[in-house]
Amino acid sequence: MTEMLQVLDAATKAQKLPLGLTADDLRAMYRAMVATRAFDQRCMNLQRQGRIGFCVPSIGQEASQVGASYAAPLEDWVYPSYRTHSIAILRGVPWKTLFDQLYGNGTDVVKGRQMPNHFSLRAWNLVSVSSPIGTQISQAAGTARAIQVRGEKRVVWTWFGDGGTSEGEFHAGLNFAGVWKSPCVFMCENNHWAISVPCERQTASETFAQKAVAYGMPGVRVDGNDVLAVYQAAKEARERALRGDGPTLIESVTFRLGPHSSSDDPKRYQAPELLETWKKRDPIARFQAFLEKKKLWTPAWDKQLSDEIAAEIGKAVDAAEQTPPPAVETLFDDVYATLPPHLVEQRQAVLDQIRTSGAIQDTGGKFPL
Amino acid sequence: MPEMTMLQAVNDALHVAMAKDDRVVLLGEDIGKKGGVFGATAGLWDKYGDLRVMDTPLSENGILGTAVGMGLYGLRPVPEIQFLDFIYPGFDQIVSEMAKFRYRSGGEYPCPCVVRSPSGGGIKGGHYHSQSAESYFIHTPGLRVVMPSTPRDAKGMLLASIFQDDPVIFLEPKALYRHGKQEVESGYFEVELGKARVVRAGDGVTVVTWGAMVPVCEAAAEKAAEKGVSVELLDLRSLLPWDADAVLASVRKTGRLVLVQEAPRTLGFASEIAATAAEKAIDSLRAPVARVSGFDTPFPYTLEHVYKPDAQRVLNAIEFVAKYD
Repeated sequence: MTEMLQVLDAATKAQKLPLGLTADDLRAMYRAMVATRAFDQRCMNLQRQGRIGFCVPSIGQEASQVGASYAAPLEDWVYPSYRTHSIAILRGVPWKTLFDQLYGNGTDVVKGRQMPNHFSLRAWNLVSVSSPIGTQISQAAGTARAIQVRGEKRVVWTWFGDGGTSEGEFHAGLNFAGVWKSPCVFMCENNHWAISVPCERQTASETFAQKAVAYGMPGVRVDGNDVLAVYQAAKEARERALRGDGPTLIESVTFRLGPHSSSDDPKRYQAPELLETWKKRDPIARFQAFLEKKKLWTPAWDKQLSDEIAAEIGKAVDAAEQTPPPAVETLFDDVYATLPPHLVEQRQAVLDQIRTSGAIQDTGGKFPL
Repeated sequence: MPEMTMLQAVNDALHVAMAKDDRVVLLGEDIGKKGGVFGATAGLWDKYGDLRVMDTPLSENGILGTAVGMGLYGLRPVPEIQFLDFIYPGFDQIVSEMAKFRYRSGGEYPCPCVVRSPSGGGIKGGHYHSQSAESYFIHTPGLRVVMPSTPRDAKGMLLASIFQDDPVIFLEPKALYRHGKQEVESGYFEVELGKARVVRAGDGVTVVTWGAMVPVCEAAAEKAAEKGVSVELLDLRSLLPWDADAVLASVRKTGRLVLVQEAPRTLGFASEIAATAAEKAIDSLRAPVARVSGFDTPFPYTLEHVYKPDAQRVLNAIEFVAKYD
């Protein structure tokens, strides 16, 4: 049960390209991984420069997320967690749209109502992200049930970490989906840390994958730093769901190479040797070595790619930064489908105050966690 | 027009809603073959089967979390929480998820969902089958909270709730489930949300209440009339958003206000109404606002009749404000 599905090493030795993937597929996966890392590094810099308030890097988990999501076509609904923005990047969400959210500006899809990394991207079937852990797990099971009710053929994916498996929603979501045999893939990224608490403190189970047994579904444990292995596991889970055979739990074993968030310092709780061990398993470096072997990677292409991404990101950051904040009255929009009388009154009170006493000062505040 | 109890009216509304629109699905504990512990979903599983009338595993957070996922996807889920006292494991899914999805997604992900649950005492159910928990939900931006007190309102407001786009906590006062019958229109009709109902017109004292306290207040108003006090009784029906205009208009007429709730007193909804009257109609008030409520104790078993406001307790408050000079 503690074995992990791995593909990269065998695929490196094989003659043919693996898993029916084309050269373009493999390059697209690599590009999304590199772009995600560039995005994370840029976000951390912006946060350190005081230009955005907060960020949640996913460094080290690019293979885990891109590999699985490459098996999820756009029509599949995804319930992301706050650390899975690579899925948005892979699905082609414009950089400006992402940075608008980080800046909470006036063109932000969610109108500056959520902390950075809490995206909502309906056009890409990415559901709004919550902060409380695991809430999306039972919701995903509900959407998967709704797909059955409508007799449609698509799959719901939900993302959470090793810590998320301790929540009641994990139990509820897997239990309901198991009973209903719903087309849902539960993506548990075991990145070894729930902020500062190591994964062995989350469960006495030998693996997270084995929890699937109790819900009557397959549990697959996969090397989360092997992008091809995650893709294979995800693809099989999706095919199973589409066949009507029900949900799958995938434990993607990976490692959070950075802090929990821009406010966290892992040196306070993480052994440096452990970090060094996992840095040697960097998923991008591993995939790069494979691509090089297949003659799909050259340093020149890599540089071109990095330059391109950096330029695109730079342009988006500038544009997002220059966009003014949302208008004050948007504070009251979207609480309900239509504005009820008490909110009309409260909105008017704010606008009256601004008219008589001037703009309300932003007194700031730093997020501590 | 057929005569129905509130329970029959709820059941009828669900039959009408499911026949009208196949987006409407029901889920909950024992709602399928059994038809619900009170019988509110009787006959629906036979008609629509497992895909639209789902007997779920025994998990309130699971029921509410999956209902959120169905609502986001475009269905019109109507989850039943068997007793309102059992809703707390799913509180997060209601307060932070269902209620917030529209807002936090910038309007991209509305989450229509009508959470039905029997509320309040009256069945000798002790603490875990009797609570009036409406205030927790009224305190939550993004929710609508509704509590009808008549069969007609139960049907018309349930249909109105299912066919609008905001999440609704639909509280059914179980003490009134079989309280009496009323003529209720056949087929589809709506009773507008957000509007109070004048149960009884009067000009001496305004009494505002909702749910199972409505008939209690009617009895008190009857006794007050015998003593020469004219009561205007309002059934709020919608608790969020609520009909402040109707309450304030009545207070401006009578100058005297009694608020009656079955729920515990502190931070109950009566307090919000009292504050609103103080803010907006202080010049009209000729007596202190009186609150009649359950006590700030857990809901008792044997002494339920002492805990819950009865007509005498309401009458005492009416007489106090009526005589106040």
